[in-house]
Amino acid sequence: MRITCPLCGERDRREFYYVGDAVALNRPDPDAGDVVWDDYVHNRDNPAGVTRDLWYHESGCASWIVVTRNTITHEVLETALASDVKEATS
Amino acid sequence: MAELLAKSPCDGLLPVTHGSVTLSEMDMTHLTSVAPYKGRDADVSDTLKQAHGMAFPAPNRATGKEGARAVWFGRGQAMLIGPFPDAALSADAAVSDQSDAWALVRLEGADCENVLARLVPVDLRQSVFKRGHTVRTQLQHMTVSITRTGDNAFLIMTFRSMAKTLVHDLETAMQGVAARGTG
Repeated sequence: MRITCPLCGERDRREFYYVGDAVALNRPDPDAGDVVWDDYVHNRDNPAGVTRDLWYHESGCASWIVVTRNTITHEVLETALASDVKEATS
Repeated sequence: MAELLAKSPCDGLLPVTHGSVTLSEMDMTHLTSVAPYKGRDADVSDTLKQAHGMAFPAPNRATGKEGARAVWFGRGQAMLIGPFPDAALSADAAVSDQSDAWALVRLEGADCENVLARLVPVDLRQSVFKRGHTVRTQLQHMTVSITRTGDNAFLIMTFRSMAKTLVHDLETAMQGVAARGTG
């Protein structure tokens, strides 16, 4: 599997560290309530298909990257700097 | 009082030559991490140009020349190699001294691309990786910075604590390439 880092270009998967669902970018308001926080901390979908993860370019440029990929075909559909994604949504 | 002696990271290990390739240690010099504050990249680049004669490098690029180089070192970060950093840099960037923290070696010779091809998961051939190009990647399992400084020469940097492993891994690959012969 190869992942295209928005800064470094296409690199081997071994350079990256898998962090988890990109839901971590959507941290709820501190006062959002127990149900919302419980969902944010504990509940994750396990899709057979397209998923959005955070990866860390550990032994490259040290960027956090949002990777959109397909868990069935292993296709990497899109990558973007997490900072850009966060700025676009805030 | 104890008399302290300065030792370079690869002291006693280098230089070594196998076949056409020589691995040698760069003279110890000033190493400074320069990380521009958000939105201040152009100001830092201007200061670098005025004080040290090179622009702030774009991702995967190095600027300057032997003796005064700025090597892109990751997202929003460059390593200034050589000059003592101008104080004005601190106005627009986080500046920190790294002089003793990194081992700098030069891999030189006709087969140096073949040596690195055994260790690095990035295409470093001249056709795609030209003089002034740089990468942050792995060499075996070590985090390194690799910059092409000439047609047959690379500057390789790794954490000082990994100097002995770096030399061992490179020397093993050099011996393998030399034993196999060119072509």
